[in-house]
Amino acid sequence: MQIQVKNLHKSFGDLDVLRGIDLDVPKGSVVAIIGPSGSGKTTFLRCLNALEMPNQGLYQFSDGFKLDFSKQPKKNEILKLRRKSGMVFQSYNLFPHKTALENVMEGPVIVQGLKKEEVREKAVFLLEKVGLGEKMHLHPHQLSGGQQQRVGIARALAIQPELMLFDEPTSALDPELVGEVLSVMRELAKEGQTMVVVTHELKFAEEVADHVMFIDGGVVVEQGPPKEILKAPKEARTKQFLDRVLNPS
Amino acid sequence: MAKMFLSNFILGAADPLVDWELFWSSIGPMVGGGIKNTIPLTLFAFTFGLILALLTALARLSGNKILSGIARVYVSAIRGTPLLVQLFIVFYGLPDLGITLEPFPSAVIAFSLNVGAYASEILRASILSVPKGQWEAGYTIGMTYPQTLRRIIIPQATRVSIPPLSNSFISLVKDTSLASQILVIELFRKSQEIAARTYDFLQLYITAAILYWIVCFVLSLVQGRIEKKLDRYVAK
Repeated sequence: MQIQVKNLHKSFGDLDVLRGIDLDVPKGSVVAIIGPSGSGKTTFLRCLNALEMPNQGLYQFSDGFKLDFSKQPKKNEILKLRRKSGMVFQSYNLFPHKTALENVMEGPVIVQGLKKEEVREKAVFLLEKVGLGEKMHLHPHQLSGGQQQRVGIARALAIQPELMLFDEPTSALDPELVGEVLSVMRELAKEGQTMVVVTHELKFAEEVADHVMFIDGGVVVEQGPPKEILKAPKEARTKQFLDRVLNPS
Repeated sequence: MAKMFLSNFILGAADPLVDWELFWSSIGPMVGGGIKNTIPLTLFAFTFGLILALLTALARLSGNKILSGIARVYVSAIRGTPLLVQLFIVFYGLPDLGITLEPFPSAVIAFSLNVGAYASEILRASILSVPKGQWEAGYTIGMTYPQTLRRIIIPQATRVSIPPLSNSFISLVKDTSLASQILVIELFRKSQEIAARTYDFLQLYITAAILYWIVCFVLSLVQGRIEKKLDRYVAK
C-alpha cells in the first residue's frame, strides 16, 4: 500500500459529514470516488490534503510518514503532507496574475527552493505533456476552461507528488472540453501515477480506475473493481445513484 | 499696463481682485512649502501608514483574539477622534510626558497613525475579496501562510485596493494642511503667512486651493494608469 487511511471522521459543528472512512491506495493505482452531492466525497478528498482538518483518523504513507488526526497535527507535518500530494480543483484556482509557466514553476521555486533555470525546463516539459507548450506564456484568463485545468494538473505535478488528488476536475467544464482533461488524466494513470479522483464521469471511472468507492451519507456504501460497482452494484443506494446519473430525465 | 488692463477688464473694477504681482511673488514660497513639507509629509505618512495598515489588517484576520482586539481598539480610537485633535495630542500633548518632538516628525507620526487605521480596513476588505480557492491553491502546492500571502494573495488584493487607497492618498495630500496648525511650514501655512502680511486672504487661499487641486488631479491620472496596468492580467 502506498497510502492508507483509517477511520476518518469529519464534522462541521453538529453535522457529521464523514463517519469513519477507510481507504487503501496501492502504489500506481487509481481510486475513483463517486457519490451524490452532499455525500461527503469532496470533503473526504480535501481531508487527504488537510484543506479540511479531520477530527479523527489515521493517515499513513508507505515511507512511514504518519498523521494521527485525533491530535491537532503540527504545522510542519501538514506542510509535509501537502508536499507529498498534488491537488486539482474543480474550479482550477490558477493564479490569475501569473502566466501558465509561472503557475507551474511557483511550487518548485518557492516551496522546494530549486533554481529557476532547472525548474523552468521541467515546467516546460510538464506543460508540453499536457499539450500546452505553445500557450505557456499566456495568463489564465486567456485560456479556455479545459486548458486552465490542464495547467492546474501540470502545476500539481510540478512538486512531484506521490499522490494526485482530483476534485471533480471536469465538472466546471463545457462538455466539449471534458475529453482533453480526461485524456491527460488517463495518460498519467498509464504512467503509474497514484491518483484519487472524485468524479461524475462514470465512463472514465470504469475505464481508468482500479478501484471505485461509492460514498453516501459520510460512509462508504460499496466499493470494489469498477466493473462490479458500476455494472452490478449490490446495494440499493448505489443502484439508485447510478440510475439517476445514467438516466438524468 | 496690459496686465492692468486685462484684470480691470475681467473684473470690471478699479481695484483688481487678482494682484498679479502678489501672485507671482507668493507662488514661489507656497510651492516651496509644498515641496519641502507637504509632499515629504504625505509620502512618509502614507508609507508608514500602509505598513501599519497591513500589520493591522493581518492582526484582524489572524483569528488571534489578543492581536485582533488590539487592532480593533486602535482602528476605533483613530476613526473616532478628529485628526486635528490627534495632531495636537502628539505635538502639544506629548511634551507633558517628556516627549518633545519637532513639528515635522510629530506630523508624520499623527498622519501615519491615521492612515494606518483607515487603510487597514481597505486592506482587510481587499484581502478578503481574494477567493478562498487562491489560498487553497497556494497551500496545496506546499506554500506556507506567509508565502501564500506574499506571492498569491497580496498581488491580487493590491488590484482591488488601488481605487480606495488612491482616495486615502488624495485625502492625505489635502489633510496635511492641518499640519499648519502645529507649525509645519507647508503649503497652506505659507499662504497664511503671506496673507497675514498682505491681507489678500481670498487670493492667497484660492491660490493654495488651486495648487492642491493640481496635485490631486495629477494623482488621479496616475491612479487611472496603475489601475489599467494591474487590470491587464486579471480574469474577467
